[in-house]
Amino acid sequence: MELQKFIENFAAQFDETDASEFAAGTEFKTLSEWTSLMALSVIAMVDDEYEVAVKGNDIKTATTIEDLFEIVKSRM
Amino acid sequence: MAYNPFSLENKTILVTGASSGIGRAIAIECSKMGATVILSGRNEQRLQETISQMQGKNHKIIVADLTKKEDRDLLIEQSPNLDGLVNNAGLIKTLPFQFIKYADLEEVMSVNFTAPTLISAALVKKKKLNKGSSVVFISSIAGLYGVTAANSMYAASKCAINGFAKNMALDLAGKNIRVNTVNPASVETHIYDEGIFTPEQLEEDTKRYPLKRYGKPEEVAYAAVYLLSDAAAWVTGTNLLIDGGYTLN
Repeated sequence: MELQKFIENFAAQFDETDASEFAAGTEFKTLSEWTSLMALSVIAMVDDEYEVAVKGNDIKTATTIEDLFEIVKSRM
Repeated sequence: MAYNPFSLENKTILVTGASSGIGRAIAIECSKMGATVILSGRNEQRLQETISQMQGKNHKIIVADLTKKEDRDLLIEQSPNLDGLVNNAGLIKTLPFQFIKYADLEEVMSVNFTAPTLISAALVKKKKLNKGSSVVFISSIAGLYGVTAANSMYAASKCAINGFAKNMALDLAGKNIRVNTVNPASVETHIYDEGIFTPEQLEEDTKRYPLKRYGKPEEVAYAAVYLLSDAAAWVTGTNLLIDGGYTLN
């Protein structure tokens, strides 16, 4: 799997945040559009696109988008 | 015998999903109130664990996956005549609604709606629900338009059950069979063990309850006991809310 594509898939869940704000090092939980419902959308996106189950605790553990990418990658 | 209008003595009651959570608590409490319980679930060992916590003898296990027609047929066939039916088996699937696919809907609706309604209908057709019997659906605050994030499929299945139960109650009143639903808010079961929410999120969620906690399985079971007992002989078509005050906010 590719980091850039993962970032695009991650960004696609958002409606208001500009695409340029998403990068490997983005601390996604600091984004103003981040909510607990957004966390559920990211979990569902990962299930859809990568057939990997991430849990609430994984979201909690990850700080950057790349952190989450690594978690998903390790389970593929 | 002490005075007890909520007694279930001499009643035989079928409980689906009796292997864990609310269903297990209902089986246990019904046995303590004197009922003979028929326990249905997919896992025999866990049903045996429920029986080990029950009082009285003559309880019976029928292992069945209620989404399978042959298993439903087996349950109907092996079930004795009943004074009570508790349609409890259910699942929850948290999914933001733009991700919903046919298979997700089918899974949620088949377990939460189609199976319990078909079982109820078949039991009536086979005349296995005695006159004066009581059917209880374990629904949810979601069935009364309680709204929570990413819960639309579950809510649809429970609203379907609540609508179904009211109409079923009217159709069966002539047979003196009562039909009611119990509508709990979140209860301390293992239904969220899949881990989509963190323990911290669940702890935070309890603060939205005026009574400051989730319910206990037995606190839902007591509502089922009431609706199954002759104390509720004039109660049909009602939705009993058990929510720690959640919907007051």
